[in-house]
Amino acid sequence: MQIQQQTQQADSIDLMINMGPQHPSTHGVFRLVIWVDGEKIVRSEPHIGYLHRGSEKLCEGEQYSQIITLFDRLDYVANLNCELAICMAVEKLMGVQPPERAEYIRVILCELNRIASHMLFYGVYGLDAGAMTPILYGFRERERVQALFESVTGARMMHNYIRVGGVNEDIPDDFGARMNTLLDQLERGVEECDELLSQNEMFLARTKGIGAISAEEAIDLGVTGPALRACGVAEDVRTSEPYSIYDRFDFGVPVGTYGDCWDRYYVRIEEMRQSLGIVRQAVAQLPEGEIAASVRRIARPPKGEVYLRTESPRGDFGVFLVSDGSDKPYRVKVRAPSFCNLQALQAMLRDAYVADAVIILGSIDIILGEVDR
Amino acid sequence: MTLSQAVFYALGAAALLGFLSLVVLVLTWAERKALARIQMRMGPMRVGFHGALQPIADGIKLFTKEDILPSWADRRVYWLAPVAVFVPSLLLWVTLPLARDLVLRNLDMGLFYITAVSVLSVMGLIMAGWGSANKYAMLGGLRAAGQLVSYEIPFIMAILGVAMLAQSLDLRVVVDGQASYGYALVQPAGLFLFLTAGLAELGRTPFDIHHAESEVVGGPFVEYSGAHWAAFFLAEYLNTFTVAALTALLFLGGWGWPTMPLDGMAHSALSAAWLLAKAAAVVWLIFWIRGTFPRLRIDQLMSFGWKLLVPLSFLNIVATGVVLFYGLPLWTLTAVSLVLLAGTAYIVFKNPGTDMERDTVRVVPASELRRDAA
Repeated sequence: MQIQQQTQQADSIDLMINMGPQHPSTHGVFRLVIWVDGEKIVRSEPHIGYLHRGSEKLCEGEQYSQIITLFDRLDYVANLNCELAICMAVEKLMGVQPPERAEYIRVILCELNRIASHMLFYGVYGLDAGAMTPILYGFRERERVQALFESVTGARMMHNYIRVGGVNEDIPDDFGARMNTLLDQLERGVEECDELLSQNEMFLARTKGIGAISAEEAIDLGVTGPALRACGVAEDVRTSEPYSIYDRFDFGVPVGTYGDCWDRYYVRIEEMRQSLGIVRQAVAQLPEGEIAASVRRIARPPKGEVYLRTESPRGDFGVFLVSDGSDKPYRVKVRAPSFCNLQALQAMLRDAYVADAVIILGSIDIILGEVDR
Repeated sequence: MTLSQAVFYALGAAALLGFLSLVVLVLTWAERKALARIQMRMGPMRVGFHGALQPIADGIKLFTKEDILPSWADRRVYWLAPVAVFVPSLLLWVTLPLARDLVLRNLDMGLFYITAVSVLSVMGLIMAGWGSANKYAMLGGLRAAGQLVSYEIPFIMAILGVAMLAQSLDLRVVVDGQASYGYALVQPAGLFLFLTAGLAELGRTPFDIHHAESEVVGGPFVEYSGAHWAAFFLAEYLNTFTVAALTALLFLGGWGWPTMPLDGMAHSALSAAWLLAKAAAVVWLIFWIRGTFPRLRIDQLMSFGWKLLVPLSFLNIVATGVVLFYGLPLWTLTAVSLVLLAGTAYIVFKNPGTDMERDTVRVVPASELRRDAA
């Protein structure tokens, strides 16, 4: 009896550590509770909801044209991709076809937004891994994209630019020239960023084989986007269910092998190259013409419901919209890729070290505005 | 000890403290400027010419800040920890010569004294981790303990290799032994060992595991603020400078190679300047590494230390011993050292024994996927 007591006392108990909501590497107000035995993670528990603003409910009280600003604030790193999703959902419900020029402008801006978003990921992923330089290189490129957004939409973030039936205003006169320099700069920038971090021996040691999940597990958990493609599943809404005019472009879908952190990281680097290719093609084909279909300012879609999928930088961004025929939606539901990808966190954290938790969380690339809505 | 001796040491210690404080101030500014250069930024620009007075502004800020004592903290341990970290790093400089005559007290066993005192700062870090009563701090303190104790061995072994070559533990003799060429040419592996283990001892990138911001949020220092935090900060920069100066003294020929002209005070000043220039080059290398590398994980750090650096340091000692005992020409030692380094590089870059593939991402053309979908 006495011996037993002693062994119990000598046994170590797991140390509970709160990572977040005020932790420098939880990428927003995300709280991850981990129990560690030494440096090994025994158990983990994510807590979300710190940024819940009730966006979906708020949408029910706004007219369709006003909802766009709420969607801007979901994925605040890829605003235009969110705007595109809600506008296309309303268009689908109303049976409106936006003019060609508007479609091209949308694709150009959304793909640029994808690059900007991945650049932010690249930078903070470097910080997570302990390298302090990548963030500045990533932000340099992001800054260039945002400068272009400012000239086109008038805002660096929260653009409120894409409208039901088209876009808000036509592109500025110097757009072509700016795009040429921007694309050349971005091309060089992506290569530079790739060279700085991707094949670094220590970075490989930190990310290869860390947080790996199988393709089956990823699909079961509802993982989409780069995180799913890293597992070797070539699933991209832009090719499997092409929306807008994505079926016209020649591009590639990067696919990983092991579904580990490095694959998730490099799929995004490769995606930036592909997005640059799409933008180049779109700029070359950009037609003249109208920029918006004639839609009543206060849109009243017919009674019914619609679900629309788009490929946001984080994955399958879906909008479910129910209309009762009035000028406000009856119900809006967002399938946020960050939220769904976050489900895989616990699976990825199996047998990880404390330091890996940061790397793994970073590799999912969550945006809390979208997780909590 | 006579009165005049006491006065000499008191004045010398004060002068040394002043000099080192100045060095630390310059280093903080230099690091920010160096990193800014690597990162396409300007760095501090507002206070003084190109931000030259920024360290002073930072100092004023730090020393006027409130010292916070966490309510659960172990008071005495908490307040003593910064002292326990700062004092050893200062004590090292008692015997570190800047030039032949510019030293507070030259010891015959100088290198022994340095290895002995440099170990002490681990205790301060553990004290800080324990005293803060903070989980991150505790984790950081334990990490520091594991890391510093493991890397102590290759660090000391690298110093020992140099001591064998110089046949002395006296730093002046070590420098004299390098009158025609630095020991870096004789023992490149020793230089690599010393710098790598030195970086780990300093807790600088890529070994900044015990105060990793993205993991343990500053580690042992997380609860400290104001002057006490500044003490840790000063100690870190002072240690950086110490390691750089030691590298210059042990491997790069110190002030001895090439020999400075003139004599008397002018010679000392030139020698000191030459040594400082060499140390500055090493410091720049350390900053450069910080600007480039990510951080290792604690288990990777440990296996790197125990499985690679410790055997390498033993092999280095054995090779040096064999060459010295049989009186072989020194270039054989250089050759052996280079072979050892090549072997290390092979293990680091080729990862034998693991099945790691480098390029695991391929690009599937969209046309293929569309065809499948259709």
